[in-house]
Amino acid sequence: MTPRWLRAALWAGLAFLWLPVALLVAYAFSADPVPFRWGGFSLRWFSALAGNDRLLEAAWLSLRIAAGAATLAVLLGGATGWVLARHGPFAGRAALGALAGAPLVLPEVVTGLSLLLAFVALEAAIGWPAGRGALTVLLAHATLGTAYVAVVVQSRLASRDRDLEEAAQDLGASPAAAFLTVTLPLMLPALAAGWLLAFTLSLDDVVLASFTSGPAGTTLPVALFSMLRLGMTPEVNALATLLLAAAGLALALIGLLLRRGD
Amino acid sequence: MRIALRLIPGLWLALLVAAPLALVGVMALSWQAEGVPPYSPPWAGEGTNPENLRLLAEDPYYRDSLGQSLLVAALTAALCLLLAIPMGIAIARAGKWRNALLGAVLLPFWTGFLIRIGAWIGLLRDEGWINAIIRGLGWTDQPLHLLYTHGAMLVGMVHAYLPFAVLPLFAAATRLDPLLEQAAEDLGATPGRAFLTITLPQLLPALAAAFLLVFIPAAGEYVIPELLGPPNATLVGRVLFQEFFQSRDWPVASALAVALLVLLIGPIILFQRLGRAA
Repeated sequence: MTPRWLRAALWAGLAFLWLPVALLVAYAFSADPVPFRWGGFSLRWFSALAGNDRLLEAAWLSLRIAAGAATLAVLLGGATGWVLARHGPFAGRAALGALAGAPLVLPEVVTGLSLLLAFVALEAAIGWPAGRGALTVLLAHATLGTAYVAVVVQSRLASRDRDLEEAAQDLGASPAAAFLTVTLPLMLPALAAGWLLAFTLSLDDVVLASFTSGPAGTTLPVALFSMLRLGMTPEVNALATLLLAAAGLALALIGLLLRRGD
Repeated sequence: MRIALRLIPGLWLALLVAAPLALVGVMALSWQAEGVPPYSPPWAGEGTNPENLRLLAEDPYYRDSLGQSLLVAALTAALCLLLAIPMGIAIARAGKWRNALLGAVLLPFWTGFLIRIGAWIGLLRDEGWINAIIRGLGWTDQPLHLLYTHGAMLVGMVHAYLPFAVLPLFAAATRLDPLLEQAAEDLGATPGRAFLTITLPQLLPALAAAFLLVFIPAAGEYVIPELLGPPNATLVGRVLFQEFFQSRDWPVASALAVALLVLLIGPIILFQRLGRAA
């Protein structure tokens, strides 16, 4: 039995979370050029969006950066999570764990500033990466994503004990075969969820991208941020609606993947 | 192979997490200079520069920015808890609706926080929804200036961080035994008293975790104060951006980052202890 005030608070909280978003979506279909004023149903802001080359370019760049960063993050973070969960004690384990956990708790402005300083110093020392742009944003996002993937993979493996892998080896599988046929399938849902998590984080990031991108590397969130600085336009509503639809799809996918894994 | 799998991520993280943080420390002790990049390091002949850190301690502008940030972060975390406690418990007790409700809380987190801030800009503007409602009710014919205020900033922060606070409370609430609260009520406690003396104490570690999970990132927040807050809400994230991008004073920006980290190191350690205990 749930007391009435608890349920009331729950609905109030959900309304608080959802109402602004719902209104945003509804008014994306309004013809009125003033945002959040109804002027009849229209798709004009979606077609305006389709003609906005600057935003489309930023969106395309963001998608490529997010996909690249998420893929790197899965490789690096997957290895980190597996090593931390399954390798037992080894020299440097504590350091690896601390480094993988650090980006999760550091304020974004600190991470962003530190990465920019590192890229500048690297360029001065070895000439790479030359300048700041899409590549440096990708490296920054891959680093943040690695931390998240490592945590997801490590906790997934920690909740499954080693018996399965040991049984496979007792039955004659080589360590590599045991990893490929037993451990990797165990990790797969976590890797997939981690990829989507890293992808979304990258698509939502303003601060790291502001620090690590040059004039040539304007990502979608950075472009959106500078639009919002000047206030809202119905075009932003339309863009937000599309992003929401994409995010909803991604979340449904994650839910499906995680459920299948259990 | 096994060694390579430890070494490659280890090297990556050393290069892009540890070394960059060390560089921030070095930069905080460097000198601002003309040129690209606009600084000269301690080994360039001038030695270490203690002025940046001293400036933070002595100049009220920087000191206040740190203080304001901690205050706003604490307020945000407290407001989030106020909503998240009943929400977390209610979702934990929702039976077959549990996953759907949890999804409803988490989905906004995936929709991108810029979008949600955009929605608040649309709602809070002088010609926005909330003003239209107030005018419609006949309370006032002058629009209230809601946007670019401390209130708008707090609303945006709570909106952005609320899902973070709900998660740990939900997780802890699923482990509660509702019979305990029932027993207290059977023995004569009012529901309110049973909640305060039985349920809430059991949630304490989760409460602390939820508070810190909001407080730590909120302390360095840049985007929300910039888009919803008043110009005089000079939180440390904003000041850091300003020093870095407008004044091109990398050493002072780095000193601010160091100061923020020093202030947050206690909460971060506490948070990690709580995580390990849970």
